[in-house]
Amino acid sequence: MKRRKQYSPKKVIITILKYLSLLFVAFCAILPLVSCVVTAFKTEEEYNSTSVMTMPSNWLNFSNFIEAFQKANMGRAFLNSLVILIFVLAGSIIIGTQLAYVLNRFKLPGNGLIRNLFTFAALLPGIAMQVAVYQIMTDLHFVNTMYGYIIMMMGTDVMSIYIFIQYFENLPVSLDESAIIDGASYFTIYRKILLPLLKPAIVTSAILKAVGVYNEYYCANLYLQDRTKLGTVATSLLSFTGPMGSKYNMICAGVIVSMLPALIVFLVCQKQIYNGIAAGAVKG
Amino acid sequence: MTEVSVKQKKSFSQWLHSRQGQRAVIIFAFSIIPLLLLFVFTYLPFGEMVGFSFYKMKYAGKRVFVGLANYKAVFSRDDIVGALKLSLYYMVGSVVQIALALYLATILSLKVKGANAFKGVMFFPYLINGIAIGFIFKFFFTRGFVFDSVLQWCGFQLDNLPYWLKDQSVNNWSLVGTSVWRYFGQNMILFIGAIMSVDDTLYEAADIDGANKVQQFFHIILPSIRTIVTLNVILSITGALSAFEAPYVITGGANGTGTYFVVMNSIAHTSQKVGLASAMAVVLLLIIFACTILQKLFFKYVFRNADDEDGSREPKQRSGKKKLLGRN
Repeated sequence: MKRRKQYSPKKVIITILKYLSLLFVAFCAILPLVSCVVTAFKTEEEYNSTSVMTMPSNWLNFSNFIEAFQKANMGRAFLNSLVILIFVLAGSIIIGTQLAYVLNRFKLPGNGLIRNLFTFAALLPGIAMQVAVYQIMTDLHFVNTMYGYIIMMMGTDVMSIYIFIQYFENLPVSLDESAIIDGASYFTIYRKILLPLLKPAIVTSAILKAVGVYNEYYCANLYLQDRTKLGTVATSLLSFTGPMGSKYNMICAGVIVSMLPALIVFLVCQKQIYNGIAAGAVKG
Repeated sequence: MTEVSVKQKKSFSQWLHSRQGQRAVIIFAFSIIPLLLLFVFTYLPFGEMVGFSFYKMKYAGKRVFVGLANYKAVFSRDDIVGALKLSLYYMVGSVVQIALALYLATILSLKVKGANAFKGVMFFPYLINGIAIGFIFKFFFTRGFVFDSVLQWCGFQLDNLPYWLKDQSVNNWSLVGTSVWRYFGQNMILFIGAIMSVDDTLYEAADIDGANKVQQFFHIILPSIRTIVTLNVILSITGALSAFEAPYVITGGANGTGTYFVVMNSIAHTSQKVGLASAMAVVLLLIIFACTILQKLFFKYVFRNADDEDGSREPKQRSGKKKLLGRN
């Protein structure tokens, strides 16, 4: 009886509308990217003579990709981005987990204040602050150096601290206590017992941070001014402005190359990325 | 463990090796670097910026104290006041974005074929870097290119279509659309996360009682995720005021698309009026704080009789409680 009820005409129409709306939104979401891919495979002549939405004659025409890669010095950019990523991630995970360990395991009077300082910091819009940060970076001689940018980006954020603290809360304090009885130091407890157990939280926050750092362009553009040597993948795309500004077949190729790493990470770690985003929901 | 409590007076190195000493050392060692970074790159510049806002100054050279002149300029310069008005476009965009995200999240958390593929396609734009987005949409909106082609398929004549990024009657909407395109998937995932945390037995009970999907949405889903929805609505106000990326990377603020931060950015780095830019930043921060405080008060008021919002509580009980309070 119940089953037949599901196939009433009203339900069928609702289901069709539901899927149509999903398909429409998905189409809108993917159209700009698809048009970009289509254009990236077109030769100069095709690009100039055909409509943007015509398919390229040869899907194996990689010449635009090669040209974009060379013009934007992307080999160097990928290397720089990789170095930045490794150091920023390592640094921010170490200091983030350590701070969360202190905040969660030692109930100190200043804990609330420290948490509030980080929460408040998240309210300050980063771009507005750069006016003053620029002066500090200059005073520290950090402008135009890789390590300066890395140190600036390394600071932990309230989001990661929050994810770590939440995870620490689920690890019973009896773990620490029994280790203390065995004579372990606090550092050993953090390093050998808690850190390995914290792995899922680390993966979640690391992936989100990695995407953020990889895509960061405003500060990279401001503080890594020597773009031939210090360009990141995001800023290397800026080479396409100016005289090359309308060669969209090459630009699209460059854009696609720049987002391939994000796409791969997304396909592999979809679940962790969604979890990280949802962690923000809990915080709210 | 016991020796620590027995003898209090010990030399410093002995204290260092005691549990208490170790505790102090580890607390110091583990929190000094993050706090130092937080201070140097957030609070120090914040303090300096407030100071700058009272001076007429460039990055280098002499500074002249001008009192509140920069603040007066913020509220009297046409480009700045105009930029503030632009944030209204972005607020409308955010409302559309939240409604769309909520609709999609609701559908996708019920049984849908290919839900993962839909989620993936809609979320991915969030992971693309800003500059790439700038190029993609410059290309997308170019005369006769992607957007125009699609509209032509739908029967529009190219001659009747405006220049999407130049025509001042539509260009801000084009940019807002870009911003919605980029962020609605992220909102959707956020809402799906919240909906998933609703207790499944509620739906089952509702099914047995014969409630349809629309009723389920308004009586189960919406009440359980209203915290996160309200939070996002409020965040969208601050987000709209600080809209930056879309106009910065696509139009560079030309043709009347310069939002507050885009104008501030060019005042700070192109004309190097550091004092004025700092005053602009401080004004915006004050507005954002005001919104945040309002939000806190709002939540205190709305949830004054509920400790948490986990949706596990029975809706009947909750509404009953509310009614009681309403009478008081």
